[in-house]
Order: sequence, then C-alpha cells, then structure tokens
Amino acid sequence: MAQIIVVTSGKGGVGKTTSSAAIATGLALKGKKTVVIDFDIGLRNLDLIMGCERRVVYDFVNVINGEANLNQALIKDKRCDKLFILPASQTRDKDALTKEGVGRVLDDLAKDFDYIVCDSPAGIEQGAMMALYFADIAIVTTNPEVSSVRDSDRILGMLQSRSRRAEQSLEPIKEYLLLTRYSPARVKTGEMLGVEDVKEILAIELLGVIPESQSVLKASNSGVPVIIDQESDAGLAYSDTVARLLGEDVPVRFITEEKRDSLKGYLVANYVDT
Amino acid sequence: MAKQNLELKATSFTLSVLHINHHDLDLVAAELDNKLAQAPQFFLGAPLVLNLSAIQHTQIDFYALKQLLTDRNLIIVGITDASKEQIEQAKEMAIAVVKSGKQAPKAELPKRATKIVKQNVRSGQQIYAQNADLIIFGAVGNGAEVIADGSIHIYGALRGKAMAGAAGDNQSVIIANSLEAELVSIAGQYWLTEHLQQYTLNQRGCVRLDGESLTVESLPQ
Repeated sequence: MAQIIVVTSGKGGVGKTTSSAAIATGLALKGKKTVVIDFDIGLRNLDLIMGCERRVVYDFVNVINGEANLNQALIKDKRCDKLFILPASQTRDKDALTKEGVGRVLDDLAKDFDYIVCDSPAGIEQGAMMALYFADIAIVTTNPEVSSVRDSDRILGMLQSRSRRAEQSLEPIKEYLLLTRYSPARVKTGEMLGVEDVKEILAIELLGVIPESQSVLKASNSGVPVIIDQESDAGLAYSDTVARLLGEDVPVRFITEEKRDSLKGYLVANYVDT
Repeated sequence: MAKQNLELKATSFTLSVLHINHHDLDLVAAELDNKLAQAPQFFLGAPLVLNLSAIQHTQIDFYALKQLLTDRNLIIVGITDASKEQIEQAKEMAIAVVKSGKQAPKAELPKRATKIVKQNVRSGQQIYAQNADLIIFGAVGNGAEVIADGSIHIYGALRGKAMAGAAGDNQSVIIANSLEAELVSIAGQYWLTEHLQQYTLNQRGCVRLDGESLTVESLPQ
C-alpha cells in the first residue's frame, strides 16, 4: 500500500509546490515509485516546476470524471523513471474535487506506487481539504514568520479533526514541520523566527529546514526541481529532508550563519550583482 | 385611534385543586363536610379545579358530583387529569378542561465535571466545557478558544483566548504555564494582551476575579 503524503500550509506562497516537486523527485531518486498530484485546480503550477507543462493532455479532473484513465493522464518524468506527475485542470475549479472521486483515484494509484505526494492549494477550502483528507503523512510547510506559523497551526487543527483518519478514529496523521525560506542572518537580527521558536509554537517533529536561496527561483523558472541542483544549499537540504522522511538520521544543516569562506563567496556574489 | 372594546390578556391565577380520590360520592361528601367545617369562610364561593387522576378509570356520576359541590357553595371552574369520557361529560356541562402548568423543575445544582483535552488546541479550534472544568495537556495556540463554565487549567502556553466561568461563576480561575493570552475572561470580566502584560510577562500564573476586576497571582514553584 502506498503512503499518502500531503504537502500543506494554509498560507500561500510558502513553498508548497516547490517542496512537493523536490520531495517527490527525491523519493523517486531513492528508488521509490512516486506520483505527485497537483490539487490546485484552476491555478495549476506543479507542471511548470516539474518542467512538463507542454506534455499535459489529460488532468486529474478528467480522471475523476471518467473522461480519461490514469495511464492517459499520468506524465512520466524525463529525469527519473520512477516519478510520475498528475497535473491539475486549469479550466475548472476546486468543486470538481469530490471525496468519492479523489478517493477512487488515490485507491487506484495506491496499487502501483510507493508514495503519493499531494500538493495542496493554499487556504482551508475544498481543494485543501481534499488534499489532506486521505493523507497518512502531512508535511506542514511553514515560513519563519508569524502569519505563516498561525496558518500552519490552523491546518494542524484541520488535520486532527477533518481528515479521514480523524473521522474514522484511526491512528492520527503523522505530522512533520518543514521550515522553508529560512535565513539564519535574519534570525540573528530578530527579523525572523528561529527554528526553536517555530518548533515550540507548533509542537510537531521537524523534518527539515530549507534555507532561503536564489537557486529555488532559478530552478522553478527552468522547470527543474531544486533537489536536482546538488550544488545549492536548498537542494542539499531537500535531500536531507527526504532522507529523514525515509527514516534516516541526518543532522539539520544550514541553520546557523555561514562560515568565513562562504561569507566571502556571498560578498563576491553581491559585488558581482552590483 | 378608538379604544378597543375588548382586550385579550393572559394572566395566571392561583386556584385550589380538589383531588377526588374515590368514586363513592357519599364518602366524598362526608369527608368534604368535615373539611369545610374546619374553615367554612375560606371555602365560601371558592373556585375549584377538580383533579380526577385517581378515578380516571371508574365511572362516576358527574351530575351528582357537581350538584354535591354546588350545594356546598363551591364553584367548579374546571377539571384536570380526566379521562376522555370525563372530558366529554365536562364539555356537555360547560365545565372547562384545564391543564396544570408544568411544575418548575427544582433548581438543580449544576453538576461540575471535568473535561480533559490531551493535545494542543490549534488556531481556529474551539473547546467548550459545559458545566465543567477544563484541563488541557498542551498549548492553546493563537486564534484558538477555550471556554469553560468552571475553571481552566492549561499545562502548556496560553496564546489564544481563555474564558472561564462562562456561565457566571466568579470563583473560576485560569491557570497556565505561560500566560501569553490574546484574551482572558472570568465571568465576563476580560483583559486583552496589553492589559495582561502589565501584570505578567509570559509567566506561569493564575488569573482570578478580585471583586469586580481581574488579577494575576503567581503560583508556588
């Protein structure tokens, strides 16, 4: 049986889609057969981040409505043969996602895959509720700032009350914190919440800390999941995150300010920019 | 506007209810005479309601019963707790059928139980302990609300809203490991963060009512 992972946050723009793409790719690179589903019906982006936007023919809603079968809608990743993408529909809205329909598609996928990664839309409405309803594992993506932390807290409440596991009184969803866009320098000056502050408020296990990095934007724009870029901090941090998700014990990196030589690198980079 | 010639208003009256407990009217008459002899003035022309619950299943001579009471200057204004046949008879004789108002339930002492929540209360969640104290093993997040008719104990940080004594009990208290609340309220008296922070800075403490105003007490270590 596949593990269903929801990447969620409540707040928008914190890095759900970037993280979904990176984590799904990371799992596939580790040999797990993985499918990543875009639940953001009407505002689909995952296909861009994964670099397969030109290959979308059928989508998730077509499969739910029986207008296409799964094999027609699933897009096989070019970089990794264990990875598949199920894109969202751009012409419909979130009400196209019904509990029965989503449940049926996930059941079908669960037969073939090891991991199903659900990329949740922002908010707490139908799309987000459907993305988290069937989850076994939740990766709560949070930026180190108060509004994001509060929205994550809200989503954690939803996971504990509105999910299938909560409604059927099964073992609760395993909740993990993924702290994204983390900037140690700004934490030091008090502009940003620190890892420990967020952990204390949300009181869930930390899965990873992704440093703020130019490479994320670059990767998104070129349609390559940032985890492929093993020269960037963000890419390495996502690799660590995936390893922890698979049960490996990996220390958290990139949460203190860089040492001298990389500081020099930073200055040089800034000098070149200006 | 012309004054109306009649008005309909509801008013309640206290009426004596005579319970007829036996169908043998001779026995009833004898007992009644006894009673009347004790306080003849009190019963003179007194309006009475007859309660027939004890003789619902027996045949009685309604006319004779009415006559018996009328002879003694008692006025029947209605019957209550009567059987169907008795009600029919009463209607024929133009006697009203009345229903007694439900007896006011005895003011029960509110049963105070305890509600225990063994997890963090997240933003957007609301927990209400009706007629109970509320104990939370965990934190109450910003944007969460915990409400109890009794006291609230939080073994974690209180960052959201806590309302104790919601039904008006001014002896209720709020205790938390860290008082960082958006709002604390006891029996309707409340403080927002700003006011609370004049008394405590994210410390363990107990909020209670001192007369009309709230106060924060430190707890023994």
